[in-house]
Amino acid sequence: MVLTEMTSAGDEETGPFMNVHVTVNGAPRSATVETRTLLVHFLRENLSLTGTHIGCDTTNCGACTILLDGKAVKSCTILAVQADGRELRTVEGLETDGKLHPIQEGFIEEHGLQCGFCTPGMMMCSVALLQKNPHPTEEQIRRAISGNLCRCTGYVNIVKAIQHAANKMAGPSGGGRP
Amino acid sequence: MIPPRFEYFAPSSIDEAVQILDRFGGEAKVLAGGQSLLPVMKLRLAEPRALVDINRIPDLAHIREDAKSLRIGATTRTNDLNDSELIHARYPILSDAAYEIADPLVRNMGTVGGNVSHGDPANDLPACMLALGAHFVVRSPTGTRTIPAKEFYQDTFVTALESNELLLEIQIPKARPGQGNAYVKLEKRIGDFPIVGVAANLVLTTKGTIESAGLALTAVGPTALKATEAERHLVGKAPEDDAFQRAAELAQEITSPVSDLRGPAEYKRAMVRVLALRALHRASARAHGGA
Repeated sequence: MVLTEMTSAGDEETGPFMNVHVTVNGAPRSATVETRTLLVHFLRENLSLTGTHIGCDTTNCGACTILLDGKAVKSCTILAVQADGRELRTVEGLETDGKLHPIQEGFIEEHGLQCGFCTPGMMMCSVALLQKNPHPTEEQIRRAISGNLCRCTGYVNIVKAIQHAANKMAGPSGGGRP
Repeated sequence: MIPPRFEYFAPSSIDEAVQILDRFGGEAKVLAGGQSLLPVMKLRLAEPRALVDINRIPDLAHIREDAKSLRIGATTRTNDLNDSELIHARYPILSDAAYEIADPLVRNMGTVGGNVSHGDPANDLPACMLALGAHFVVRSPTGTRTIPAKEFYQDTFVTALESNELLLEIQIPKARPGQGNAYVKLEKRIGDFPIVGVAANLVLTTKGTIESAGLALTAVGPTALKATEAERHLVGKAPEDDAFQRAAELAQEITSPVSDLRGPAEYKRAMVRVLALRALHRASARAHGGA
């Protein structure tokens, strides 16, 4: 990793900077950012992937949930430089070839959202759950999304949406898509 | 919120990491999972000049058992404790604790080493380490030393770790036949800090009496607290309610909880007794082969 020379500690100055290379939704992307840049800002502002939301910015709400090397994490509490060389998956990567991911269909079919702000994070968290545990119980689903807050739905339909996706992915036409 | 500026280093070896820490003389911080460090940096409660990211150092993330010890590498994620069959089967106190640390997403980043070395009295794993009699292996530019958990926690956010030292591994005495342990925690909701937590570890003799006992408390003092008097009281007794009741009272006596949003001090102190009883009974049941 190359660290560019530090400019100054003064408040008016910027830097130090680093080049960050990642794979996002299968495509290589890179940008030069300040070392203090958070991963969620890197995604939204440097890579223009605004599907990942900033909610509380305090590691509580999970609106910024993405997959880092396949694991669901809160991108507001990770530095972009920590992700250098690693693989990211965001909500933009769920739909492929114009076809919605089963988790997206689940949220539509079961009315798993109202305002929709938590939805990208909820779906990414659910995708990680279903990869690890394709047949979760309701208790396991509720545990898995316990770090993702929804202020609208009361969670009932979110749980149904995840169950819908689990059934669809396990079914004959689901093809076990991750 | 964006953290203040810092120089970022991602060393690929332990030696390189401790040399950078040494060079910054206390103005660098180790970045492991970052789930405590980055929030305090965003709030400007910490403004280190440099971060030393240890995630690219090979062999710092592992869970393995050898002839003497369970060895957990510093950058092992807390969720890895949940996912380990070895931990569930032989060290259930650690999977009890890991299941309830923060939330599942935080546990995918947060590390065991960070949890034990941060020095936050509300972290759950320090009490487990005190109850289990763990040792921490740390490296500085001049060499490696081993610090017993009971000498590690000095004050709130103050540990025996020097600013040029890096925690490498946690070593826990290997589980024996007749051993059982448990961690019991009270929290308002998932993701919040504990109101109170209690860690208990019992080893029974072949006759069924208590050969050794570990009992430690979370979030009711300036550090995680080792209830030494309570432990001493238990040794030689039958693992039954009489002995546990007295041990729970002795544990209560060393606490100094503060009143806050999680409850008044009297409530927390009362809960220490209740949770200590539950933890000891569960540890005993597990020592007898139960779940």
